[in-house]
Amino acid sequence: MKEVSGTSESIEEFIKHITSILHKLTERFGERVKRAGRTIFIILFLLPFLVSLVLAYGLPSALSVLMSFTDMDLRFEFNWNNPWYKNYYTIFRAADPRIPTISYVTALYVGATILINAGFSLVLGILTTYCIRNEFVSTTLRLLWFLPRITPVVIYALLWQWFADPRVGPLSMLSRWLGLGEVSWILDKPYSQILMIVVNGFVGASWGMVIYASAIRTIPLEILYAAKVDGASDFKVITNIILPLLKWPILFVTAWQTLSLLGSYVQILTIWNGFAYTSGVEVWSLYSYHSAFSVYRFGYSAALAMVIVMVSLALLSIYFKIFGFRRMLEPSRIEV
Amino acid sequence: MKDEHITYKGIVLKAKIRRIIGAIIVYSIVCIPLIPIVLMYGWLIIQAFSGKPVSWLIPNDIPGGLSKNWRFLYGPITKGGTVLYRDFWRLVFNTLLLSLGTTGLVVAITSLAGYAISRFEFRGRDPLLKSVVVLHSIPGVLFLIALMYLLNYLGLYGKGFWTLVTVILIKGGLESPMYTWMLKGFFDAVPWELEWAALVDGCSRFKAWRKVVLPLIFPGIAAVSIFAFLSGWGEYLLVYTYITEAENYTLSVALSDLTYEFLYIDYGMLAAFSLFYMLPAVIFFITTQKYLMRMRVIAYKG
Repeated sequence: MKEVSGTSESIEEFIKHITSILHKLTERFGERVKRAGRTIFIILFLLPFLVSLVLAYGLPSALSVLMSFTDMDLRFEFNWNNPWYKNYYTIFRAADPRIPTISYVTALYVGATILINAGFSLVLGILTTYCIRNEFVSTTLRLLWFLPRITPVVIYALLWQWFADPRVGPLSMLSRWLGLGEVSWILDKPYSQILMIVVNGFVGASWGMVIYASAIRTIPLEILYAAKVDGASDFKVITNIILPLLKWPILFVTAWQTLSLLGSYVQILTIWNGFAYTSGVEVWSLYSYHSAFSVYRFGYSAALAMVIVMVSLALLSIYFKIFGFRRMLEPSRIEV
Repeated sequence: MKDEHITYKGIVLKAKIRRIIGAIIVYSIVCIPLIPIVLMYGWLIIQAFSGKPVSWLIPNDIPGGLSKNWRFLYGPITKGGTVLYRDFWRLVFNTLLLSLGTTGLVVAITSLAGYAISRFEFRGRDPLLKSVVVLHSIPGVLFLIALMYLLNYLGLYGKGFWTLVTVILIKGGLESPMYTWMLKGFFDAVPWELEWAALVDGCSRFKAWRKVVLPLIFPGIAAVSIFAFLSGWGEYLLVYTYITEAENYTLSVALSDLTYEFLYIDYGMLAAFSLFYMLPAVIFFITTQKYLMRMRVIAYKG
């Protein structure tokens, strides 16, 4: 009896042992299947995104690096330049006579427009959120400021071309009335450059305004009340409370706007197109565009574009250092 | 006693005057720079119905404007006898195709990728996020140049309708990283518990995404669609650069072409054309502005 029971016990134990092993195995297998399912799921969900990223951004970026070392023209052949850096040599040694003018115009354009896009938009943001308390009025004003941004760029260009029309345009009438004489705001140099800055400022101002406005709305009202109770004027509240709290949003807007101004040229292209250089408004990226699609020097224009990329990447790495990655993406967190 | 009364009144008056002066300063800072904007957009509307050039928002020859300016809606656009554009509605069709195609593509890509990036930790997630930011800061002209080579290499340059289709694909691809970011934020805001409940009840992951999460982020998808639609509707560079035949132009390129032909000559037609072209953008914007203004778009490409 004893022996039999012993063997049956051991058999039972054995079976238990085996089932537990089997159980563990299936569990592991199941987990593996689950994990594989998860991986497949992630890959399937990301695939369209990755494909578009590679096809629209990755491949063209790599290609243009290669193209910048060639003298590619309309035949689209990869003829490597003799010293491989020939295009860059032309640019940096200013062997291209247009480079100094274009660098100057670009610096003027970015430097002056940023004052509107990051500076004046700050004024607008504060005034439309803090000073104008009537919700309807401030919304309407913000809407008006937003119009240039949502208007298709070609219409926007037409509006300015009419505005500066030498016969019927209000701008020309005004400048005649001010005694500036018969100036063309499109073609004559200092005026065309002012116009270029203003045109792009109107487009850029609303973006900063919205960022600042949403940042101001996150300031706890208690702070503002406390200041008011202590007898601070609105001006004092703005300079001593709101502005210091807006430090990060200001840096954020300035950072992104410099980057996007460096690469922007559509407004200038649509208003000036063929007259851009002679009117003194040909910025670097527009020159790159014209080198490619007007005179078909694709290799050289790729090199010109690569110069902006280098500047942008250098700026971006500085920004990452200052901001950290998180802050670079989240503008409106106020740190009280 | 009387003296105090007067000084009290004086203080109130002073405060009132100060407030009025402050309001004048505030409103003039915000409103004076808006004068050109009001003049320009007001002109667009009034000029579209005026037969003669308009300078200061005063209509000029309305009957003439009504009969002349809007002729492009039902007839070919001509200049001195030569036909520039045979059919206006073909341009509208092309523009709709471009903007709706872009919207569809962007929504499909971003709603999938935004979910995966929001919900899963996987290797390469952080570099992916960072690369999107870096790519976004690269100037657009670079892609334009390299894509020209690619189109030519693939034999898609100057192939009429197929080039337009390619432009739609490129546009969708260029737009999606930014909107993926935006939509990821919406996915982040949906609580995990809802999906867990669905998974425990026997939903597959795909079904949980489709039936539980997607309906919840509908506002986000709507916002992305509107942004993508407007961006496609206003797209100029890609069409201007890559499309060679007038019949495959969109409204934007046709308008810039017509501006070149008719500037200083026929403002009425240009304004009418622009007004028609701008209408969808304005309608979309006004109906959704409360919502869009709150949205934080990472950055824009100018």
